[in-house]
Amino acid sequence: MGMTFAEKLLAEKSGKSSVIPGEIVRVTPDRLMSVSASNVIAIRSFLELGVPTVWDPDRIVLILDHETPPNDPAHAESHARVRRFAAEQGITHFFDVGEGICHQLMIEKGLAFPGELIFGKDSHTVTYGAVGAFSTPIDATEMGCLWATGETWLKVPPSIRVRLDGSLPPGVYGKDLILHLIGRLGGDGATYMSVEFSGPGVATLPVSERMTIANMTIEMGAKNGVFPADAVTDAYLARFGRKTHAVIPDPDARYAREESVELAALTPQIAAPHQVDNVHPVAELAGIPLHQVFIGSCTNGRLEDIAIAARILGGRKIAPGVRLLVSPASRQVFLDAMGAGHIQALSRAGAIILPSGCGPCFGYTGNLAAGERCLATSNRNFKGRMGHPAAEVYLASPATAAASAVAGKIVDPRSLIA
Amino acid sequence: MNVLDAEVETSRFSKRITGRVIKLGDAIDTDLIYPGRYVPVVDPAEWPRHALEGIDPNFPSRLQPGDIIVAGRNFGCGSSRSQAVSCLKLAGIVAIVAASFGRIFFRNAINQGVPVIECADAHHLFQEGETLRIDLAEGRIEGAENSASFQPLPAFMMAILGAGGLVPFTRALLAK
Repeated sequence: MGMTFAEKLLAEKSGKSSVIPGEIVRVTPDRLMSVSASNVIAIRSFLELGVPTVWDPDRIVLILDHETPPNDPAHAESHARVRRFAAEQGITHFFDVGEGICHQLMIEKGLAFPGELIFGKDSHTVTYGAVGAFSTPIDATEMGCLWATGETWLKVPPSIRVRLDGSLPPGVYGKDLILHLIGRLGGDGATYMSVEFSGPGVATLPVSERMTIANMTIEMGAKNGVFPADAVTDAYLARFGRKTHAVIPDPDARYAREESVELAALTPQIAAPHQVDNVHPVAELAGIPLHQVFIGSCTNGRLEDIAIAARILGGRKIAPGVRLLVSPASRQVFLDAMGAGHIQALSRAGAIILPSGCGPCFGYTGNLAAGERCLATSNRNFKGRMGHPAAEVYLASPATAAASAVAGKIVDPRSLIA
Repeated sequence: MNVLDAEVETSRFSKRITGRVIKLGDAIDTDLIYPGRYVPVVDPAEWPRHALEGIDPNFPSRLQPGDIIVAGRNFGCGSSRSQAVSCLKLAGIVAIVAASFGRIFFRNAINQGVPVIECADAHHLFQEGETLRIDLAEGRIEGAENSASFQPLPAFMMAILGAGGLVPFTRALLAK
């Protein structure tokens, strides 16, 4: 019997010829990624084990991206602890404050590759499915243990296949596709499952869009989301000069569920408070006034996203009474965006340019007051997520965000893009 | 080392749990359990002071040692913040029963030695404040008037719980 991507990869990683959903396997990861203050919690677990050195300093990635730059001495102390640990253990891939958001860095620096098994101490670790990896989140306790042992267990997930046909129309993006899918399947519609994207529409999506889509598969509970590696992946990864090992699902693989999406039929989508699966067409919610717009995060802070925002905001001003926060997902994205003139265009339009990091998305910076409403390109609109519990967060694409910043209220971006 | 075939010391672990029900709804996400602004906090003493604060700022003072959470679908969906489990554990929560769990939360709880029980019926059958008796090995929940059954956890997960979490479990494995 044929195997899905998840089955094939986990069979390979556990040294078996085949596995079936529900089977529990022992695995050794290719890479372990962990972030910020949770590194301190993982370091505690690691030290409690009494193992003097980490399993493999080349396979461990430590990143300071959440509370950056720190606004509290205790957080600064956590960072100092992580820096010391990275130095003591000779960690090869350590990214300090300001380098960028973990998931952007993992792909941008060539630390996630097709056919690899990657565990990350951040829920959006599912992002690396964009380049054909099996990547899934774990907690800090387990991360600390993995640093010591290099081994853990995984339950082989059943898979959902999502067939994509056609191509996205102007003004509609990967963000709209994944929001639509989350709305269709629900916030727990893919819990414990692998979400595999397939069909002719996949080839039309660049890696940046695949990252946005894979990133948010966690919002329907998925264990991982994946675009098995293809020519688009290979072209993107060619810059690293490393041989790739694609894991491709068998044509006769069995899926627990099949869905299909006609990309050309999609319209701009928006998630309304306070659940990510509360998804509507933007047109339905048009006119709702906004106090803040945030463009950034591991979901939508890439060069492509900032370019879309700059195209819409260039030569325009944001509406009075609206604050526009823009955070490029990494230093490289910032430099590229500046080189292209996007940062200047956004600043002239009235944007506040923030450091590369996770701040606004999880309520560390750019907090909302009670009763305020924010439209964000990030991934969660949970109550209290971006500040006061009586604030509201809407989630949409960078185009919808930029157009809405100009209007001062939620608008369908297609009117400004045509 | 083999995590799936480990014999570890579990004599201090009781597979029978008794406690008072704290009832919660569906889709209780990690920002409701432990708001994001406290994620950078690494002092364990502070974690339980924010347990369930996202639902109600007074929640931390309502929790008592020995309480059992009974929730609906998708409990703990969202972030991988380990404090989402730690805050409940340190507030004295001894077990969490839900119709379903967010995957990371479920694993996080086992790794921190907190029993998690997937039981579709519990939310309808048991009421706030009622005393439950849970038998983890038998897969049984007895309340004042109703009872429910659940699929017990696989042996290696029970061993991790029995050892007191993944750190003592791994320490025991490494010592062999």
